[in-house]
Amino acid sequence: MLTKRIVPCLDVRNRIVTKGIKFQNNVDLGDPVEMAVAYSDGGCDELVFYDITASAERRSIDIAMVRDVARAVHIPFAVGGGIADLDDMYRVLDAGAEKVSVNSLAVHNPDIIAEGARIFGSQCIVIGMDPVKTSDTAAFPSGYEITTRGFRERTGLDALEWARRAEQLGVGEIVVNSVDADGTRSGYEIELTRMIAVNVRIPVVASGGGGTPEHLVDVFNLAHADAAIIASMVHTGDYTIAAIKAALAAAGVPIRKKW
Amino acid sequence: MIAIIDYKAGNLTSVYLAFESLGIDAEVTNDPSTIARASRVVFPGDGAARSAMDHLQELGLTALIPKLVADGKPFLGVCLGTQIILEHSDENDGVDCLGIIPGRVLRFEPSDKMVKIPQMGWNTVTFKVTHPLFDGIDDGSEFYFIHSYFPSPAQACHILGETDYADETFASIMGRENLVATQFHPERSGRIGLQLLENFSRWDGSC
Repeated sequence: MLTKRIVPCLDVRNRIVTKGIKFQNNVDLGDPVEMAVAYSDGGCDELVFYDITASAERRSIDIAMVRDVARAVHIPFAVGGGIADLDDMYRVLDAGAEKVSVNSLAVHNPDIIAEGARIFGSQCIVIGMDPVKTSDTAAFPSGYEITTRGFRERTGLDALEWARRAEQLGVGEIVVNSVDADGTRSGYEIELTRMIAVNVRIPVVASGGGGTPEHLVDVFNLAHADAAIIASMVHTGDYTIAAIKAALAAAGVPIRKKW
Repeated sequence: MIAIIDYKAGNLTSVYLAFESLGIDAEVTNDPSTIARASRVVFPGDGAARSAMDHLQELGLTALIPKLVADGKPFLGVCLGTQIILEHSDENDGVDCLGIIPGRVLRFEPSDKMVKIPQMGWNTVTFKVTHPLFDGIDDGSEFYFIHSYFPSPAQACHILGETDYADETFASIMGRENLVATQFHPERSGRIGLQLLENFSRWDGSC
């Protein structure tokens, strides 16, 4: 049986994993390669790295880091943040990443996503979307509008329409990052995730809000997510991957048991 | 030296790095004489069947691949490399393939629309035989898959391992004599996948 994926997310800045935690922004957590190895050995199913300063500083992703991660872990990992063109996609994949994750680029230049999927294969193009709840259901029938640039810029795109468009463009997977739940550790946004998951045929990854194993149980069982991104709940040491997987197994969620 | 055949069908870095981490000498190449000289061959690939077959043709490798298998060289197919050793793929409106193992490549057509295509993630493999490549690996171990089409060999004797997805029990590992071909990616399947690659690096092609 295909298992549900647990995907730790590492936000990297100047080659250090960092995480914004309430009251104290951007606490340094450690070396990205060492953390990748620890999570991989601990039983995570995949990893995602966001080079959080690449985009803002308009510089390319740290390719040397991607290569070092690829040398050290032998599970799939995605890299996002600052992917600006097909050449960036090529360099990230050639360095050993399984997937590239695009967000703003897809909104501003959908053609490049279709082109990337055609050249490199759908399986390695992931689209990240940042929907925010809106009461303007006339303009946004799904009740969510897509934002970019760290939720600062509204795009005028309806979330569900954009997800369907992404599927047509040929992306292999959609990461739904809930703006409203992000960083709260109060649970994934079930309604939003479910709406996207049941309306596309490609895998959907839930992101934002994961704080306890029960939150993952809900996002898999109620929202039909294929994978869930976790960050603070493991970065803080509150939970191990093994503990999360044990709770999921006990709740009947299919997970990878041997690693 | 293990030759990792580069026929412009996807990214081979992770295959190369997996062998590197095991301390095994491997080389990414599409040079026929280098491939012929190698002690073992890995035939990987991501992407679509038609462009893969076209690239093999352009590189003059279409006849070499079946010959390597016939000559008894230990041979490991991975993902798309596994699919195109069959006779025919339904992908891209139908593509004739290498025909090293009788059978076809079919598309998943799940009756339940919540079953996603591609299959992306870790799924269990049930071994149908004992094989030197499975040494040290538990039956029912999970491996990493990413695919929308699956191998359907004509003869049961070519099925070495099976996996369930989208209403199908499909051949996730095929083989005959010195050939083993996995639909999953051992190079991305963690410690268990590396074990399979290490077993391959020691395998003399008999079973």
